[in-house]
Amino acid sequence: MGLLSDPNRRKALTNLLTRLNTPICIVCYLAAIVWFMGLAFEPFTLRTYMSENAMGSTMVEERFSSGERALSLAKEFDAHKRKAGGMPVEWLVKAMQARGLEVFTQSFSRKLPFPDENKERYMVGGRNVYGILRAARAPRTEALVITAPCSPGNSNNQAVGLLLALAQYFRNQIYWAKDIIFLVNEHDLIGMQAWLEGYHHTNITGMEYSPLQGRAGSIQAALALELSGDVITSLDLILEGLNGQLPNLDLTNLFYAFCQKLGALCTIQGKLQRNDWDTAEGYTHAAQTMMLMVLKQACGRSWGDHGLFLRYHIEAASIRGINSFRHYKTDATTIGRLVFPSSPGMLTVLTPVVISHLTGVALYLLPVHLQEMAVEHFPVSETEAVVLTAIAIYTAGLALPHNTQRLLSGEGTEQGWKVLKLTALLYLAVLLGCTALINFSLGFILAVTLVPITASITPHMPKALCALAMVLLSPAFTILYCVFIYQELIEAPVSVGEGWMLFLSVISQGILDHALYGSLVYPLLALFIYPCWLMFWNILFWN
Amino acid sequence: MAAPLTLLLIVAVTIRAVLFRSSLAELISERVEVVSPLNAWKRVVEGLALLDLGVSPYSGDVFHETPLMIYLFHFTVDYAEIVFMVSPYFVDCLSCLLASLDRAKIFRKQKYALESDRYPADCLELLRSPKEMFYIPLKVAMFYLLNPFTILSCVAKSTCGLNNAIIALFIFCTLKGSALLSGILLALATYQSIYPLTLFAPALLFFLQRLYIPVNLRRSSFWCFTLQYAFIYVGSLVVITGLSFFLLGSWDFIPSVYGFIFSVPDLTPNIGLFWYFFAEMFEHFRLFFICVFQINVFFYTIPLSIKLKEHPVFLIFMQIAIISIFKSYPTVGDVALYMAFLPAWSHLYRFLRNIFLVSCVLLACSALFPVLWHLWIYAGSANSNFYYAITLLFNFGQILLVSDYFYAYLRREHHLTHGLYLKKKDGTEATLVLK
Repeated sequence: MGLLSDPNRRKALTNLLTRLNTPICIVCYLAAIVWFMGLAFEPFTLRTYMSENAMGSTMVEERFSSGERALSLAKEFDAHKRKAGGMPVEWLVKAMQARGLEVFTQSFSRKLPFPDENKERYMVGGRNVYGILRAARAPRTEALVITAPCSPGNSNNQAVGLLLALAQYFRNQIYWAKDIIFLVNEHDLIGMQAWLEGYHHTNITGMEYSPLQGRAGSIQAALALELSGDVITSLDLILEGLNGQLPNLDLTNLFYAFCQKLGALCTIQGKLQRNDWDTAEGYTHAAQTMMLMVLKQACGRSWGDHGLFLRYHIEAASIRGINSFRHYKTDATTIGRLVFPSSPGMLTVLTPVVISHLTGVALYLLPVHLQEMAVEHFPVSETEAVVLTAIAIYTAGLALPHNTQRLLSGEGTEQGWKVLKLTALLYLAVLLGCTALINFSLGFILAVTLVPITASITPHMPKALCALAMVLLSPAFTILYCVFIYQELIEAPVSVGEGWMLFLSVISQGILDHALYGSLVYPLLALFIYPCWLMFWNILFWN
Repeated sequence: MAAPLTLLLIVAVTIRAVLFRSSLAELISERVEVVSPLNAWKRVVEGLALLDLGVSPYSGDVFHETPLMIYLFHFTVDYAEIVFMVSPYFVDCLSCLLASLDRAKIFRKQKYALESDRYPADCLELLRSPKEMFYIPLKVAMFYLLNPFTILSCVAKSTCGLNNAIIALFIFCTLKGSALLSGILLALATYQSIYPLTLFAPALLFFLQRLYIPVNLRRSSFWCFTLQYAFIYVGSLVVITGLSFFLLGSWDFIPSVYGFIFSVPDLTPNIGLFWYFFAEMFEHFRLFFICVFQINVFFYTIPLSIKLKEHPVFLIFMQIAIISIFKSYPTVGDVALYMAFLPAWSHLYRFLRNIFLVSCVLLACSALFPVLWHLWIYAGSANSNFYYAITLLFNFGQILLVSDYFYAYLRREHHLTHGLYLKKKDGTEATLVLK
């Protein structure tokens, strides 16, 4: 305790800190950014490894051969979907029962707080269909889930077809020790949330659902499939879940190991791994992949149907089949061999694996989103009204200093703004620390934009310039920059007008995510970060 | 003074009423930082249910409250919220009165000392003026009522609030000078949780000082009074325990309550130091370390009493703080009790050295407790080490706070006898170090 009770050493240390305050701050900030970008630098990263309790991928044989049957089932499903105009519940129930599963349905309904323009829905009602394959020789205490979403239009038919083909194949195996649940959910994340809430007997989001009739034990892992074409050139692994949660890294490594074993191409964030790590191009590629993951994780959305499983401590991931027309630097025959991934192999060792689908996000991921962009947005819809109100409240806060100056005591004194800055900095520090612990990417992005301006703000700086800087670095503009950076990274750059519409849709999706799934990003930004920023704004206009 | 106090009471009632009716109440009553196995409301309800069925409430190792508490709630369970709302006000009003009593006493003492020229000439600025002390009772009330820890403890309906009320009442009776009431209330407080036993020494010292009996082990007047007070205390304790036996009909509340407090069988994480340590303890050494940890709570009584025998009121504060930090199942309600008395020592502010560091540590830890709990239990990306690290840091902050106030108090006393601007023998400025 010498440092805390010995006055001479304390005085020396405090003098040092106060003298070198600015250099230390700048050095720390730059070191943080350099260290973060260094995460993409290959010599710093760990080689992928398997931890002890995961069964090796080499100990599993893959024998699935019903690829054509899955494709024909996909066509049947598509036809019935068109006929039913939604989810063909009766056909699915019959198909699953024919394969020897115990089939149950669950109906759910939810009224969104305001119409969702991206997905064009307001009153959502639907049914989930799930079939349970009981383990032949084991007590029914644990279960695995394979799920495929039922999406409108042409998407994800092959996923459902694969699901049914797998069910048939699995039924003939005798060695399963866990129950397997094959789930087809309607309305993607809303249906999944309803199913999970029904399964775990919780009700965190105010959804109305009918109770589940059949249950299979505690879920250990889940896999979500999204396949939209007959020909797949690569498999994209999607990890980011709700509130930036990620599944166990073993899951990712397992998936890579399997893809390598089969010679399948595996991508992450839609980008292939490269071998030229030590070139500048290689590093840029890695940094781009990393920034994509950071941005996706920071927005706190569940980028796939798997994201909602993570909240219940179920490891989950999503696999999306991509048919990309890009030219890969790999063997063409290997790509040609890839008609269907061999999921059975994954499932036999799927104990810790829950891969989250990350695709759900902001519809700006799917190639289809460009169509959404073309939708006209006037007259002012309800979504826009909500979003613009949020922005208006935000902007009204800019006028706060003028109104509160008269009320606060200590106005006009040097002491007053210093105390306020001290409190605000402490608050910001604790807030950023807690945010970084829960969702590191979000904490990092907020820290990078907020820290320089807030650390250096005083009332004595040139007001107009600093006001502009503060507004440009405020959380709302950070979201705007992230939208543009994201579009650049996925190689679909947008113009300013389109970027602004995307920005509005991001805000509305954020509010909807909070209402529907309990995402914490919007409340955090609105209730905690924004008041903190307002405190600094007040300091700038202290007179 | 009445108007700000009334406003304060209204604000506090509003906050608590709003929180009671919101969905946060259930969330808060499950937080491990706010409730412990000793004072959780859920367990009281369980005990009441067992009592209604005619079974002993202590069967099943869920209920660890004392029999008098369960009978109190037997009659007031429908008004439980009101009971819990009232107890902080009780504490608060008592603290107010305490502070004003203390203030009167301090002025008297200062007046006598000034008149007898006991203070060196340059430390007049250290004396406390009526103006600065006018608002202390209001500040004490504010510190207790608006302390987030107290609000959380009240909304969670933790019986810690009632224990605090009994301790506050005990201090009030002590300061008022009534030895009988003080002994009875101390017995009640000890009966609730054993640790207030250590408050016997400061209370005794206070009465001795008040009656002008010198603390000398050879004087018969000292032993006369000590035995009287001890007799009141022990007698009340025996009466209360006997009453519990007659109400309950059996002695099984003793192992359930006091055995539980001493042997710490329940290792649910909380803000104390016991749980992690004993979770990884080999059985062979468990008894030894239980003894060490429990002695730690009682151990500081004797040295502190010797050092602070002229200042029993500060000794009471120190003892309450030590109990809150080192007891076997602390909660934030216990922390709130000694924090409420901090404004009474606001004149020590100029001598405190680490108050900024301590406030930052306590604030950051309070924010990090729920975050790391979430990461450990729900997200699965942390483990118990993270949570215990924050617990350790929190207790470190508390210990630093208490020792800082101790240093400041002793330094002020030193200045009052030796002058404010100390010079070493060669004339340079001297600094005081607490060794």
